[in-house]
Amino acid sequence: MNFDFSDDQQAIKRTAKELLAERFKMERVRELAEAGRYDDAAWDELCELGWPGIFIAEEHGGQGLGTVELIILMEELGYALAPLPFLSNAAAGLVLDAAGSDEQKERWLPGIASGEARGTVGIVKDGGEAKLVPDADSAAVILLLGHDGARIVERGEADVERVETMDTTRRYARVQGGDAGEPLEGDRIPGISRAAVAVAAELTGICQRAMEMAVEYARDRKQFGRPIGSYQAVSHRCAQMLLETEGARSASYYAAWCGDAEPETLPLAACMAKAYASDAGWGVCTSALQVHGGIGFTWEHDLHFFLKRAKVDGMLYGSAREHRDAVADLSAPRETAASAA
Amino acid sequence: MDLTLSPSEQVFRDELREWLAQNHPGEDPPGDDAQFEHRRAWQGKLFEAGYAGFSWPKEYGGRGATLVEQALFGEEMARAKAPPPVNILGMVMGGPVVITHGSDQQKERWLRPILTGEEIWCQGFSEPESGSDLASLKTKAVKSNGEWLVTGQKVWTTYAHKAKWCMLVARTDPDAPKHQGLTYFIMDMEQDAVQVRPLHQITKEPEFNELFMEEARIPDEYVVGGVGNGWAVAITTLMNERAGLGASSAAGVRIALDELKQLAAERGVDDDPVIKQKLAQLTIEVELLRLNSWRGLTQVMKRGVPGPEGSLPKWQWGEINQTLTELAVDILGEEGAYWESRWTYRLLRSRANSIEGGTTEILKNIVAERVLGLPKLR
Repeated sequence: MNFDFSDDQQAIKRTAKELLAERFKMERVRELAEAGRYDDAAWDELCELGWPGIFIAEEHGGQGLGTVELIILMEELGYALAPLPFLSNAAAGLVLDAAGSDEQKERWLPGIASGEARGTVGIVKDGGEAKLVPDADSAAVILLLGHDGARIVERGEADVERVETMDTTRRYARVQGGDAGEPLEGDRIPGISRAAVAVAAELTGICQRAMEMAVEYARDRKQFGRPIGSYQAVSHRCAQMLLETEGARSASYYAAWCGDAEPETLPLAACMAKAYASDAGWGVCTSALQVHGGIGFTWEHDLHFFLKRAKVDGMLYGSAREHRDAVADLSAPRETAASAA
Repeated sequence: MDLTLSPSEQVFRDELREWLAQNHPGEDPPGDDAQFEHRRAWQGKLFEAGYAGFSWPKEYGGRGATLVEQALFGEEMARAKAPPPVNILGMVMGGPVVITHGSDQQKERWLRPILTGEEIWCQGFSEPESGSDLASLKTKAVKSNGEWLVTGQKVWTTYAHKAKWCMLVARTDPDAPKHQGLTYFIMDMEQDAVQVRPLHQITKEPEFNELFMEEARIPDEYVVGGVGNGWAVAITTLMNERAGLGASSAAGVRIALDELKQLAAERGVDDDPVIKQKLAQLTIEVELLRLNSWRGLTQVMKRGVPGPEGSLPKWQWGEINQTLTELAVDILGEEGAYWESRWTYRLLRSRANSIEGGTTEILKNIVAERVLGLPKLR
């Protein structure tokens, strides 16, 4: 029993944190977010380092590591709020790896692993449209998952329309696939579950950063002659942020571990992680804004970029409410009894 | 990261599970005295099987169990719905304090009867005017002719009427700063100068007592950890109390959650969209309590001592148990008003969960000051 990263994993975490802190200083994130674009040079650098293919098998050009290593990167990408097309591409790799035919994998995974021909995943709901697909405007291939099946579509065959969202650190589009492309026939649950865990880990990083900003502000800001963090109305709010941040962290680490070591538990663990982290992301960021008071509501302060990313992350690959519904179904008493036996 | 049990841990758990299945004492009988005797017999059984105080080092009659084994023990006891052994305070708090701070003579005198359940221990820390602010306590001990005379009042003393020994913190130097003038004593409860009065709580039960001392006598040899060191000794006790709590409390609320889901199914509301969402949220929080506890345990194993983040599970557990019982009583509808309903009892009893063993407000202070490094108000 060891609920912590191995030495190698710790090293990945450290390296990622340092590199991202260097490349994505807050002024840089702001500049990119205000322009609505990504850092192409940084993306090329991460591709050189093999980040996009970290979890993809070596035979397909990846590094052959696991879900745990992926979420280590995701947490740090969230912490840095890096404007990059990493998540969308990783989600495509995860779903394709789980549900694609050998031929489909051979065709698309190497491009996803190298970052040269990226993918993305869209969840199709009413009217055959996927309403919130990250990076669909620049991906080479789009995986569209609906209630009655999944399809893999090249971008040129799909109807892709960029949408402005509140989160300008990431680009989104609406996608109408129609009958284009070919069916994706394997079980997609393990793939989309891992993608949900990846977002949960990103949300954990966002929570950590927003909490640190709030705590630092509460230590420095003085009102009525003392730091506001000495008032329990403020300090207890910060303690609550820690509770939620640690909860999101435990849930996403555990789900990632299930992804690698206990796949039968993955779907439930992933739904739990995404549900909790989605709420925590909004809860911690809004609470951090409240601690900041008026300055936190200004465009000039950086906090709103985190808050908006957290809100939109909460909607990606299933909302908290949808995942809770799934948790209820997956953990109904009958199954509970069976799994305990 | 490896969240599976090692082969030896698995053997330990399987043997314990099997033993519990065969030796489970059954539910507590009604009536306080009957319950006490029932739990004392249970303690004896645990002792014979080597499960009493099994976290204690081998030379003191324990098994030197690892932290993982301790957590598994808590989980399995909760899972089997086994009652707590009667001398839980002696085993979790008293014994470890004597082992850490006591003299050889004290260890010889006190340790074994704690494990066998022959001598029951109670805890005299809180006072009517010193709850969260424990170090402000006023009960005083004065030295006279080589012994100590104790005068004052304690409250929330579980099993005071049955206990032979009391872990008592008293003020021995009224002029010293409040944390420094305290001393940790073991007091013999069998003397006329100690009076016990039951304290009826909102559930009607007298689970706790008030303790009145009027020049109660304590021999000098019964000071633990030296005169004036009472605060440091008491803190060890409280850390011990919180460290082991996570895994077993998670297992406990997991059982309660299963019962709640069964209730929802029986009443035909498990598909109600609002109830379904609430049940799922509780399912997630119960699982997170378990995960946070195990993750905390990994940190304790690496560092060697329980840290301030051990406050999180206690806080979480209180909130979960309160939300859970509220939902159960909501599902029961008007029947939730009936005194005889077990859920009604649990609804009321759960209100203490955010107070006993450190109020949620104090736990948040600890997290804010010691984990996040926020400035103190005081």
